[in-house]
Amino acid sequence: MKEVLRLLGIVRAYQWWMLLAAVLGFAAIGSGIGLLVSAAYILSKAALHPPLFELHLGIVGVRIFGIARGVLRYLERLVSHNTTFRILSRLRIWFYQSIEPLSPARLLQYRSGDLLQRISGDIDSLENLYSRVIAPPLTALLVSALTWVLLGTFSPLFSLLLFVFHAIAAAGLPLLSAYFSRGTAAGIIAIRREIQSMSIDCIQGLSDLTLFGRVKEHTEKLNRLKAEELRLQRKQAIVQRAHEPVAGLLMNGAVIAFILLLAPARGEIEGVFTAVIIIAVIASFEAFLPLPDAVQHIEADAAAGRRLFELVDTPPAVAAPRHPEPFPANRSVSFENVSFTYPDADTPALKGLSLGIKKGEKVAIVGPSGSGKSTVVNLLLRFWPPDSGLITIGGTDIAKFDPEAIRQHIGVVGQRTYLFSETIRDNLLLSRPDADDNELKKALELAGLETFRDKLDRWVGQHGMSLSGGERQRMAIARMLLQNAPIIVLDEATANLDTLTGQQVMRGLVRYCNEKTLLVITHKLREMEQYDRIIVLNKGKIAEEGPHEELLRQKGFYASMWSLQHNDAAAKLLDG
Amino acid sequence: MNFDRRLLELLRRYPLPFALCVAFGTIGGGFLIAQAYLLSRIVDTLFLNRSDMDGLIRLLVIYATASLLRALFNWACQAQAHKGTLKIKQFLHHQLFDKISALGPIYSLSTQSGTLNAKIIRGVEALDPYFSQFIPQVFLSVLLPVTILAVVFPTDMITGFILLATAPLIPLFMIIIGKTAQKATQKQWQTLSRMSGYFLDVLQGLFTLKLFGRSRDRVQKISEISEAFRHATMKVLKVAFLSSLTLELVAAIGTAIIAIEIGLRLLDGSLAFATALFLLLLTPDFYLALRQLGTKFHAGMEGVSAASDIFSLIERKSPPETAASLAKTIPAAPLQPIRFENVGFSYSEDRAYALDSVSCDLEPGTFNAVTGSSGSGKTTFINLILRFIEPQKGTIMYGTTELSMLNPGEWRKLISWIPQHPYIFNTTLRENLLLANPAASEQTLVEAVEISRLSPLVSSLPRGLDTPVGEHGSMISGGEAQRLSFARAFIRNAPILILDEPTSHTDPVLEKELVETMETLARGKTTILIAHRLSTIENADRILVFDKGRITQSGTHETLLQSEGYYRNTLGSFREGSPV
Repeated sequence: MKEVLRLLGIVRAYQWWMLLAAVLGFAAIGSGIGLLVSAAYILSKAALHPPLFELHLGIVGVRIFGIARGVLRYLERLVSHNTTFRILSRLRIWFYQSIEPLSPARLLQYRSGDLLQRISGDIDSLENLYSRVIAPPLTALLVSALTWVLLGTFSPLFSLLLFVFHAIAAAGLPLLSAYFSRGTAAGIIAIRREIQSMSIDCIQGLSDLTLFGRVKEHTEKLNRLKAEELRLQRKQAIVQRAHEPVAGLLMNGAVIAFILLLAPARGEIEGVFTAVIIIAVIASFEAFLPLPDAVQHIEADAAAGRRLFELVDTPPAVAAPRHPEPFPANRSVSFENVSFTYPDADTPALKGLSLGIKKGEKVAIVGPSGSGKSTVVNLLLRFWPPDSGLITIGGTDIAKFDPEAIRQHIGVVGQRTYLFSETIRDNLLLSRPDADDNELKKALELAGLETFRDKLDRWVGQHGMSLSGGERQRMAIARMLLQNAPIIVLDEATANLDTLTGQQVMRGLVRYCNEKTLLVITHKLREMEQYDRIIVLNKGKIAEEGPHEELLRQKGFYASMWSLQHNDAAAKLLDG
Repeated sequence: MNFDRRLLELLRRYPLPFALCVAFGTIGGGFLIAQAYLLSRIVDTLFLNRSDMDGLIRLLVIYATASLLRALFNWACQAQAHKGTLKIKQFLHHQLFDKISALGPIYSLSTQSGTLNAKIIRGVEALDPYFSQFIPQVFLSVLLPVTILAVVFPTDMITGFILLATAPLIPLFMIIIGKTAQKATQKQWQTLSRMSGYFLDVLQGLFTLKLFGRSRDRVQKISEISEAFRHATMKVLKVAFLSSLTLELVAAIGTAIIAIEIGLRLLDGSLAFATALFLLLLTPDFYLALRQLGTKFHAGMEGVSAASDIFSLIERKSPPETAASLAKTIPAAPLQPIRFENVGFSYSEDRAYALDSVSCDLEPGTFNAVTGSSGSGKTTFINLILRFIEPQKGTIMYGTTELSMLNPGEWRKLISWIPQHPYIFNTTLRENLLLANPAASEQTLVEAVEISRLSPLVSSLPRGLDTPVGEHGSMISGGEAQRLSFARAFIRNAPILILDEPTSHTDPVLEKELVETMETLARGKTTILIAHRLSTIENADRILVFDKGRITQSGTHETLLQSEGYYRNTLGSFREGSPV
């Protein structure tokens, strides 16, 4: 419930739209009541054989209410759909704005994509927030109030009696339904989650399962789980499907109660109104039919909300300073005694690391997996703050810059390239929104994608699926070139290219960086002499540092890594 | 109205619950008429003082009984419809997974697993309203109005004619406007799913947006796109909702005409009050039964869209299976050579051959390295041996038997496979290992962990081998997954070993370890290795160099170095990095 209220708070901007839609919905149901009540009035009056003009009021009533009901319903549907779309859009923007500061530090566990998919499914499911959760109780309340007032003109006792039946329909029925189906909904959700993950296992792991001859076993288990889910659904349905009939029973109960109340009072109430009152009672229940469903939607929306809030309420790892300093012209980078441990990790990723990179210097950072190479980049881009120590650019603590400004001034090509499901142009413009087509074409050419020159409007497919791994990597390079940042970071930038091409591309990139500061992260020790300096990291510390040949001469850690990759028989054979 | 033939076939599979539902619903409708009749008598008694209290009570008791019975029958009707729907859902679920396993791994790897999964899991559930609500309503929307008419005509011809005259207008309008309504529903559904697709794309690419310092800019774009979608959809809905406006108006005007018509006849005394009230009470229910068809149709629409996805998967042609009667038993040990004779394969008709006329021998107990640039056919070669695909040209022989004549499951028992990206199942580490051979002893497990150097991982996990490794092995790194795959191969201990060497994400130290483990595993096996590194290739008994779907060179390291070609060129690139 708490979550639903919080969700309502987020979409409060549209309260007037929601109210308007609810009032229109109420007016439509009210007109329906008016139509039947007027008709009953005509009949009752006519039964007493009065002159024709006495039926006039009723005849006007049925005409007006008859047309009003249709028109009001039309307007209500338009307004409520419009409001639903607005609410969804508001929720998306709210969610995006809330998790944007959390990326990437706090979203690491959401990397798999399936979790993100589930989260965005949660937002989709809030589509019903207005139409299924907010609107029905509001409309029911207004309709009830109308009938209480209507019947109150005859006797306050009538209002009270109808109130009792309305209260049972509005509160008792949903509560009873919740009581009978308790645990089932949670059970269904739990089983569904299990099915979901088993099904993904089955699809993505099908080759392993096929080889191990375990496919049948796996699908049979899935079918058993589905059968169990359906068994629970059946249990739930038996309760749910009773809502409408029971609400109908309540309505008939109200009719009987009113008749019993009216019977002894014959004469006190003008006979003409007997039918009017009974029909009003019957018609008023139309607004209560959707209520038990609304309760179930509240539960589902609260659950979706809880999952969203859990994520959104995580404090961000880094916050932008209130008054950021401008990015300096001097682009030297330095780490002073920096230590850092990833959350939930046992061992520190960096242990008192100090390094300096002068403006225009070309430095390679090498080392085994887990030595802290990528952490250096993550901290430099201010995705995480260091636990201790200082990172500066141009002598200023990077915490004093706007993180977005840092990232705009550092061009990165990483191992994984995400392409948006947009055109080539849109994907390139990401790095520099004001670039013109000529600049885009030049960047593509430099990145070895001449063939894309005239295909700027080509759609790259979902996640860039219509491009090959190598093309995606080159797109990332083109994006970086276009960005024209003063500091360049290449983190295994050619991992998806074959060895020959990879080396060609690297040579090109190093040449391109001639005036720029370049930081290369790699574990493939090829053509290392093109860097001014090599920093060898091991277990979060600098093991060795210096130009390639000097490090080889030292015959230390670097030399042994290098020989592991090069001193194979083939190299010897060729060298010999 | 959309009656997909295939959906109706599903219905024919489980006719009983739906027939019962319609029967119960119609009986419930009968009680509805009885109720209207009784209520009109009761009000008549009250209003015109026709009988004493006892008579009234008696009428009320019958009324209450009719109400109760009507509620029960309506409930039973809905419960039956739901029961039938559950059977259909279970059936579809079976069919889908049978189909996925029949299509095999090549298909599931070629599609986006997230989409496929959503299609199956959400698609089956999306069909629920179609069967549990729309289908019963189709029948009830005919039967209930007919029943009501059957009662109204003998009671009052004029009212009967008015109902009969206006009733066809409703289905007529539905058909006329139904097409735009359907378009509107689809449009709305599309908008929602496209918007949600766009949003998911932005979320998944958030890291990239951050990388370029453009993540805050995106808010503007999300909002613009949402607005554009909203305007486009509302434009369609404005027209589409006119259909329901028309239906509402027909029903309301019908009710108004009947009220006035019977009112006037009451006035001149040609109609009794009780009869008039009875007719008035039945009128809204008459129209409601018709109008509900529209409402339930909308509820079922999403299911129809989902169904076309589901059926396109189910109707996909699966590769022919080797008939069990034809299958030959696998020749007993010793291991036979595997021989490719002019084998060709293409993944789809409009694409070039991935493998084009490949011939080679893989002798028992030899170490064969397969190399070549990406897209040269290496993976297809492996897929053929694994029998994830079957040759379209030529034959593969195992000894003197054609491979396609062997039962694929039996054949695969001879193979251990270490893929480039091993899949880790969402279960414990132990289960993940035992998958390779459920009968493996504890001793074998311990040895496997030891040999594949998984011990540090196992000892770091809170419950050792029995620790769940999380969704898609999220608790395991890429290198650890690779080691796990080695351990699986050790446990499986099959005579043929197929390996796909990892290309990246390995540092030299890890690489050296993996090579050592591999050498241990390969001892005495027929090994086929897709190799990217010289260090693993150079010791091979034979190296097969693939290029554009053909084997262009084959031989040992030494012989290949003698001749010009891909092999020597690649080696050349290694040499450049060496000091002179």
